[in-house]
Amino acid sequence: MTDENMSSGNGVIIQCTDVHKWFDEFHALRGVDMEVKKGEVIVIFGPSGSGKSTFIRTINRLEEHQRGTIIVDGIELTHDVRNIATVRSEIGMVFQSFNLFPHLTVLQNVTLSPIWVKKMPKDEAEVLGRQLLNRVGIPEQADKFPVNLSGGQQQRTAIARALAMQPKIMLFDEPTSALDPEMIKEVLDVMVGLAKSGMTMLVVTHEMGFARAVADRMFFFDEGLVVESGSPADIFDRPQEDRTKLFLSQILTH
Amino acid sequence: MGVTTIEKRLAPPRRPGAIAWLRKNLFNSWLNSILTVVTVVVLIFILRAVLEWVFVNADWRPITRSPLLYLVGQYPRGELWRIAVSLWMVSFLFGLGWGVWRGLFRAFALALAAVLSAGVFLPPPVDAPALLFRLSWLINPLLVFLGFFLASWLHLKGRHVLIGWLISFIVTPILLRGVEGSSWLPSVETTLWGGLLVTLILAVGGLLLAFPIGILLALGRRSSLSVVHYSSVIVIEAVRGVPLITILFMTSIIVALFLPPELRIDRLVRAMAGMTIFAAAYIAENVRGGLQAIESGQIEAAKAIGLNNIQTIVLIELPQALRAVIPSLVGQFISLFKDTTLAVIVGITELLAIGRAVIQSDSEFIQLQAEVFVFIAVVFFVLSSVMSYSSRKLEERLGVGER
Repeated sequence: MTDENMSSGNGVIIQCTDVHKWFDEFHALRGVDMEVKKGEVIVIFGPSGSGKSTFIRTINRLEEHQRGTIIVDGIELTHDVRNIATVRSEIGMVFQSFNLFPHLTVLQNVTLSPIWVKKMPKDEAEVLGRQLLNRVGIPEQADKFPVNLSGGQQQRTAIARALAMQPKIMLFDEPTSALDPEMIKEVLDVMVGLAKSGMTMLVVTHEMGFARAVADRMFFFDEGLVVESGSPADIFDRPQEDRTKLFLSQILTH
Repeated sequence: MGVTTIEKRLAPPRRPGAIAWLRKNLFNSWLNSILTVVTVVVLIFILRAVLEWVFVNADWRPITRSPLLYLVGQYPRGELWRIAVSLWMVSFLFGLGWGVWRGLFRAFALALAAVLSAGVFLPPPVDAPALLFRLSWLINPLLVFLGFFLASWLHLKGRHVLIGWLISFIVTPILLRGVEGSSWLPSVETTLWGGLLVTLILAVGGLLLAFPIGILLALGRRSSLSVVHYSSVIVIEAVRGVPLITILFMTSIIVALFLPPELRIDRLVRAMAGMTIFAAAYIAENVRGGLQAIESGQIEAAKAIGLNNIQTIVLIELPQALRAVIPSLVGQFISLFKDTTLAVIVGITELLAIGRAVIQSDSEFIQLQAEVFVFIAVVFFVLSSVMSYSSRKLEERLGVGER
């Protein structure tokens, strides 16, 4: 209760303190601190294996952190199953490989969680589902199966599916990395629209144009730590750390 | 746009005519031409021999004298109406299925209507009213169409039909077995049941029970609770490690020895229990394979949208896993169907047992074993083929959106 008052007081919706994670012997997260305010767009980038995906997956507990605290909207993530369920219902997630359910139509993918988790009547859920498909620009694909969609359309379906829970936070784990170049823009456009609507977003991506346009703050991860963070202007124009400079030079010169 | 112009310019190559096809596939070299000719000659000889045996030499009296025996065994002829009513239920439900699902069910419903109508040509039992006996078969096609029209007219949903099937699975055994001490539904001991009736009851009953048990065993084997995990592994491996006959003996004879004498479990139920647990162990392994083939991303996505473990299994994992293993599941069902013949060993008079009884019933028939066994083989072959045909169709239909 006090946590909730605290977080709503200063607008903090995610608070991570000293988050550690091991995969067997490998120390994947080595004490990550991050505070996200309501409505902020956070871009997380860094070399592969730097722990950036692992980190955002701890926020909806697809990965369990082993030390430190994660508080989402006033609820601390612990082993308590009810807390995990509540937190997951407030967080939408979009994956690199879409992970749409192949045996369900696009509309069924989107309405699954409203119907089964929120216990919404089916017709109401379908109205919501069609609205969301409209919002991501693919209303005409509602009755197709995912396999019949292009990569960009699949990822937009995945965004609609995540939005169907009417989440307070959206996590994006490299949402455009598996896409053909010509489809990246259509997905980024949807994400930009979402950012402008005031959604709190944590985005793991190397799309630096997107970061410059909509990110409030950027975090550079390396070897399981936040090496540097700041506004896009700070990061792009005045990077402080050598590792940040090197990484940026590697991804921006190509 | 570009595609249409190309299509206009380049018509697809025409399919070759019959002669061209023959030349290409059967006579494209000297050796192949010789092979073709030799094969055709051999086939003609075999076919002639078979036809000659079937229509001239074979003596089909062991089958034609009492076809009802092969269908229902010793089921009291005065109580045959119960089986007729059970069949009416099946016909009606297939009709409903046709109205709701169309497609594959249409073929099933029509085939069922045709086969059951053919019952008109069966000789009626001696002490039953002949006209009534013949008419009772003809009610089946009417019920198929009635079901179809009702389902279409009332816009019934799949779940209504499933409820109908569920009711029939409860009603049918009661109807056939009767109620102890009842005057209008006297009990008919299962020792009198026989023939195709028993074969189908063992196969369908075993299948329906084995399927959910197999799924539970597969899920249990995957469970992180070690008690559940190891119990499932032990059951699956123990059953898969022994022949079906052993299991039938176990459930039919040995289990009965350990139960108190006042608790008599029906012979047919015991045999069915054996078949069920045997099939369930194999189904479990098939389903487990399907579960393992599911990408971990599917489960993560299910968690991320807030589904709990049970919802994830029922809504995401099982539909995909079962779809992937339909062919092997149907294979399992077909072998279960054929394995029902082993129930002879524990004294169940299924189709094959009836055949042997018929042969021994008449000194003339001892010479006619071939006819009896060929007839039974054909019955099994036809029913198995129907099953594998429908599995292919089911796959095609459920394959939507898969690949």
